[in-house]
Amino acid sequence: MLAGAEGEAVQRAVAYQIEVGRFFGAERLVPVTNAHMMGDIEVLGDTGLAFLQEMQALGARARIPITTNARCIDFAWANKLGQDPGECAKEKQVIGALQGMNVLTTDTCINYQTLYQPHLGERVAWGDTGTCIYANGVFGARTNFESGPAALASAITGRTPAYGFHLDEHRRGSFVVDLSGATLADLADWGAVGKLVGESHQSYYAVPVFTGFRRTPLADELKQLGCALASYGSMGMFHMVGVTPEARTLEDALCGSVATAVERVAVDDAAIDTVYRGYSLGAGDARLVVFSGPQLSLFEMKQLSLLFAGRTVARGTSCFVTASNGVISASRKLGYLAPLEAAGVIVLEGVCFYILQNLSVMREKNGWQNMVSNSAKIVNIIGAHRFNTILRRSADCVEIACTGRLT
Amino acid sequence: MSDTVLASVSLARAFGPMVEGEAVLSEEGFSPRYDLDRWTGYITKPGHKLEGTNIKDKICFFPTAKGGIAAGWAFNDIKGKGIAPKAFLFGVTNPVMVQGAVLANIVISEGWSQDPRQVFRTGDWVRVDPARRVVELLRRTG
Repeated sequence: MLAGAEGEAVQRAVAYQIEVGRFFGAERLVPVTNAHMMGDIEVLGDTGLAFLQEMQALGARARIPITTNARCIDFAWANKLGQDPGECAKEKQVIGALQGMNVLTTDTCINYQTLYQPHLGERVAWGDTGTCIYANGVFGARTNFESGPAALASAITGRTPAYGFHLDEHRRGSFVVDLSGATLADLADWGAVGKLVGESHQSYYAVPVFTGFRRTPLADELKQLGCALASYGSMGMFHMVGVTPEARTLEDALCGSVATAVERVAVDDAAIDTVYRGYSLGAGDARLVVFSGPQLSLFEMKQLSLLFAGRTVARGTSCFVTASNGVISASRKLGYLAPLEAAGVIVLEGVCFYILQNLSVMREKNGWQNMVSNSAKIVNIIGAHRFNTILRRSADCVEIACTGRLT
Repeated sequence: MSDTVLASVSLARAFGPMVEGEAVLSEEGFSPRYDLDRWTGYITKPGHKLEGTNIKDKICFFPTAKGGIAAGWAFNDIKGKGIAPKAFLFGVTNPVMVQGAVLANIVISEGWSQDPRQVFRTGDWVRVDPARRVVELLRRTG
């Protein structure tokens, strides 16, 4: 590959992978079965679009299945949201270039719920960070954070450099988090745990081991936990004793006996309440409520549909939900979409709110100051657009959306 | 290379060409998506320790990386827009930052022999030599 026998696109891709691997001391490339990449015009810019088009022109073609993360434009809503027509046209060029390289433009950040579930030990090349931590933690698959160019390179070569979470030594739990005092009744509570644990242990190689939770957590709950750990802590792996496959026991998660010196922390209901109380209400307006980042599963759509049934989003307030084509399609079929649309909720397809093209302009035009969400990840991640953000539980978010009152 | 080196810090891992520039030291981690206005080069996240600082052409010291898959493309994007820093020097980073920096050919490093805040100040003129894995103080600010 490196000698160019498989063409210049493959040569460039593998040379890039070798350079990245060299930084981390990787000794080899390993085969991967699946890739998942971010690639949208908001983050690519003109330089990134030109890169994709050049790679396509050089004959780049994915040799393993590769899917795309959420993008920045739902073309059905672009005009209404005031998104830039020129950027919309470029987004279509991005999609064209990716499809021309055999990339499946699925546009979802929850591929692990909706598209592909790798098995224990399976090596993949996934980004965004929420997909990575879910693959490592919940499935026991092996991946590093693979950004757009890295995941695309993996799909082109069918390989990835073996460093980080491809190696046993980095998968070992590094500290223990006791959840026995936490009720965790709402998805936002799981995100709050991720915030508390992530912020206090910021490191890609910090691997929390959760213990003490008294029921089986649901996939959506582990999704919120993982996304928040990755977002606040830049973490790519976690264990939950008795739940995740590399943590049948605490000793299993720590790869040996439990040292008395191992760091132990606890997150309980009081700590989670402190998280909610920690958000400033800013100017006190409640004109933007967002359910996004990560996209919603079918089960979350059902829950929201029940909470919004018979209600209406308050005048002057905007409420957004983002989900994949598949989840929206199923929601429509099952009758979950109609109550949301009747309430005035804007349901966007294939996007995530925080990456929407022109979001800063949208914020100014609509006079949005506070953004309320039940996702701890999006509350953290949207800051560069100058939102004041507030985390609230799901039902509280619905109440805020329908009353216009921030609590 | 004949400059007088006033002080230096060794780097554990580094990539890219040798560069010189003005140092910006942060007490807080960094993500191009969470913290940076990628159209101006200013750090705009409310409350970030460097809020209001422009990182264009700077040698940036960040203790940690935050998030975030966006850096893979974002570094290339800000370089194309002419607003990229000359180097990202992290205490602890993540693969995305490295993948992005390699694509954009921006200097990146991880790991310090000592806390750079004890050696350098924002505004100092420093040189980063990835091949020798070192960052050197050439001129003291003020």
